[in-house]
Amino acid sequence: MDLLIPGEGLIIWQLIIFVLLFLLLSQLAWKPIISSLKERERSIQDALDTAEKARLEMSQLRSDNEKLLKEAREERDRILREAREVSNRMKDDAQAEAKKTADRIIEDAKAAINVEKQAALKEVKIQVAMFSLDIAEKLMKKNLSSDKAQKDLVESYVKDLKTN
Amino acid sequence: MTAFFNKISRFSLLLTLLFAGVFSVDAKASGDSDEPQEKFNASEVILHHVMDDHVWHLWDGHYGTIFLPVIVYSSEKGLDVFSSKNFYDEHHNIVDYNGYSLQHNKIYLAGTHDKVFDLSITKNVAMLFINAALLLLVFTAVGKAYKKNAGKAPSGLQSFLEPIILFVRDEVVKPNIGPRYEKFLPYMLTLFFFILFGNLLGLLPGAANLTGNIAVTFVLAILTFIITNVNGNKGYWSHIFWTPGVPLPLRIIILPVEIIGIFTKPISLMVRLFVAITAGHIVILSLICLAFIFHSVWIGAGSSIMILFISLIELLVAGIQAYVFTLFSSLYIGMAIADHEHHDDHH
Repeated sequence: MDLLIPGEGLIIWQLIIFVLLFLLLSQLAWKPIISSLKERERSIQDALDTAEKARLEMSQLRSDNEKLLKEAREERDRILREAREVSNRMKDDAQAEAKKTADRIIEDAKAAINVEKQAALKEVKIQVAMFSLDIAEKLMKKNLSSDKAQKDLVESYVKDLKTN
Repeated sequence: MTAFFNKISRFSLLLTLLFAGVFSVDAKASGDSDEPQEKFNASEVILHHVMDDHVWHLWDGHYGTIFLPVIVYSSEKGLDVFSSKNFYDEHHNIVDYNGYSLQHNKIYLAGTHDKVFDLSITKNVAMLFINAALLLLVFTAVGKAYKKNAGKAPSGLQSFLEPIILFVRDEVVKPNIGPRYEKFLPYMLTLFFFILFGNLLGLLPGAANLTGNIAVTFVLAILTFIITNVNGNKGYWSHIFWTPGVPLPLRIIILPVEIIGIFTKPISLMVRLFVAITAGHIVILSLICLAFIFHSVWIGAGSSIMILFISLIELLVAGIQAYVFTLFSSLYIGMAIADHEHHDDHH
């Protein structure tokens, strides 16, 4: 039965020692232990978070790169296409321009030729008329050198007049 | 939970391998010296080993007994301090000293039945000092290691105890007390390791049965009781005195039950630890006594093997009881500080 009755001395000693032990251990052991454990868990968590963030950034970067590359490729294609269009257009324009110029030159030439032709014809006509007059003058001089010829001619004129 | 038993059983196996040899040697050694003496009284021997004493008897012979100091107070004679050696004459018979008499380990004023107030450094008090000193030694070293190894991996003793500290924090205290567990963590850790170390030290041959003493478990239970009720919130007390959501006549019946419940919790803590540890000691001692009862070496050998296995179980029990005491303390505190608002919706 003594086993079941707590001894008063031991109760007091246990109370004093346990409370002292609690206070001492709280200060000397549990405080540094608990805070270090917490600190360590926090730093591990931080490291994990940072790694995860870096991983995300990495993949972000990669996709960014791909996007940039794609954009660059598209840009290149666009520029090439535009350049081709521009060159085509320029070629067409040049062709058209050349044709137009050629046409105009031909036109001008034709006009010039016409003018020259007219001038030449006029000259020829004048020359021919001069020649005719000279010939006629010479003929007349020769044919009417006698009085009979002059008389005959007058007679033919008068004849003509009469018939008219 | 399984992980914990695994851990404990691995740990206990290690310790048993260390101590089992000592146990059997001890049993045989005392067998040799006790045998020719008067008729052997097993229950007396066992109770003597399990209970507190004013001397620390390690082995028979001249220097085998440590006489511990006696500190007594009585209104008649005031405070007195003297060695318990004074109660024994040279033939180891109990005699009166200076007006005090020792009867069944209790000190009375000589010639009367008036018990004096006994603050002696008894075997258990000495054991308590040893336990506390060991705890201080171990955990201040570990605390220092944490400061020294800040930001590094734990090493040595620190790495051995860290999983146990983490177990107490993460498996026992945190889930049972809830988000405000940190306030109670130092107490719970002290409680757990005090009981664990006390239980393990108590298994050493010649050691005192500290955590199997009802005075010790009484104090531990009272501390948990005080902490629980001091921290109890409005919800906790309203549940006790005016359980919400229960019909009025039932509340009147529940009230005394709840009030009794306040006290049965610490009593169950006190009795559980005391019984578990004392019973273990009694079983081991009974097995040792078998050899002396039957005066047989063969039975001694057989019971030594039995003791080996019981010791294994005892090591398991040492861990489990420390765990259970801390677990239930956490549970009671957790119940007292939990938020009860949601209960009204339930009923």
